[in-house]
Amino acid sequence: MPSLKDLRNRISSVKSTKKITSAMKMVAASRLRRAQDAAEASRPFAERMNRMLGTLAGSVVGLPGAPRLLAGTGQNRVHLIVVVTSNRGLCGGLNSSTARNTRMLIRELQEDGKEVKVLCVGRKGRDQLKRDHNALILDTIEDFGRRGVTYEEAEAVSEKVLDMFEAGEFDVCTVVYNRFRSAISQIVTRQQLIPFPVPKTANENELAAEDGNPGAVYEFEPSEEGILDELLPLNVKTQIFRAMTENYASEQGARMTAMDNASRNAGEMIDDLTLEYNRARQAMITKELIEIISGAEAL
Amino acid sequence: MAETTEFELVSPAKLVMSEPVEMVVVPGVEGDFGALPRHAPMLSTVRPGVVDIHKGGKVETRLFVAGGFAEVTAERCTVLAEEAFPLDGVTAEQAQARLQSARDDLAEAEGDGAKARAAKAVTVAEALVAAVGA
Repeated sequence: MPSLKDLRNRISSVKSTKKITSAMKMVAASRLRRAQDAAEASRPFAERMNRMLGTLAGSVVGLPGAPRLLAGTGQNRVHLIVVVTSNRGLCGGLNSSTARNTRMLIRELQEDGKEVKVLCVGRKGRDQLKRDHNALILDTIEDFGRRGVTYEEAEAVSEKVLDMFEAGEFDVCTVVYNRFRSAISQIVTRQQLIPFPVPKTANENELAAEDGNPGAVYEFEPSEEGILDELLPLNVKTQIFRAMTENYASEQGARMTAMDNASRNAGEMIDDLTLEYNRARQAMITKELIEIISGAEAL
Repeated sequence: MAETTEFELVSPAKLVMSEPVEMVVVPGVEGDFGALPRHAPMLSTVRPGVVDIHKGGKVETRLFVAGGFAEVTAERCTVLAEEAFPLDGVTAEQAQARLQSARDDLAEAEGDGAKARAAKAVTVAEALVAAVGA
């Protein structure tokens, strides 16, 4: 039976924990709003980019001399996995599920006899992956996302990826991140970046038909290849930017939910402890009364 | 009201502009081109420079773009730019400062990739200075 003092101490410690978790919840909620707006604002760019790429890629793919970012290196041996996670913890199972998914992907690829390299974006992913796959981790990028993800930060990541691709260090690149669906639901998503997966429906005729102008043929300036050479690296940047903004929004959402739960649990715990404390106090008063009364009666 | 084409200017961070216009002049790599309604479909690379938006027969808005792509069809003109902002919010000093810092970065850059990127940043800043001065 804990003494009254112990109970008082526990109650006050749980109360201060609750204060912290509910403050974190508030912070996450306000960041979530901004992150969500940012994620939504970055969508039009990605959509239009896809439309343009669809128009172009359909006509160039398969031709000899197609850019390597589109056609691949002709091999399928070395895989680079870009794992996007958060830099901070206390956001529920978000980073664990990314790490779990990545481990699965690594195992699948290794069973196929592929060589795997990992680039971690975010400290938490590295922390979880280094136990099993420390040898595969090339580098970790932690310097981002203090106040939301900026395009420059995503650019730094993608330049690293592109430099490695130019140097022939990998053949296929996949990014793993949490897609934001709602504050309580984030979906771990794998997306292939390099070579660019040409959408099956995106052949020129269909796109042109959408414009109500069937058979329209685009003019290209300077040339299809010239445009692709610039458009494809930009697309890699855009996709990485998108992965990072989505993941940031997911992080805030997950943290909000996790902290909401924590605050609620703390509240329940405070209620239980207070009840126990009051009982103990009452029992003590009763005991003292009995002692006094029986003492008086004995006289 | 004259015939209009749907103009959209998009940067990775946001949709900068989306509205019907009479004509836009886009700085393509092979020279500036004007996109009017019923333009033939075209895809072009855009060099760093100024996009002029014409309404009512005169230039209404001038926007700086740091290079990107333009897609023109009969009823719309979409410009994807890595960076885009209205020109009237920029002073000559700001543009000069940016050019200076870009040149400093270029001097410090090491490795082919980093050098190429720094050189590109200088080109963008030079275009901005020219645009502000003009």
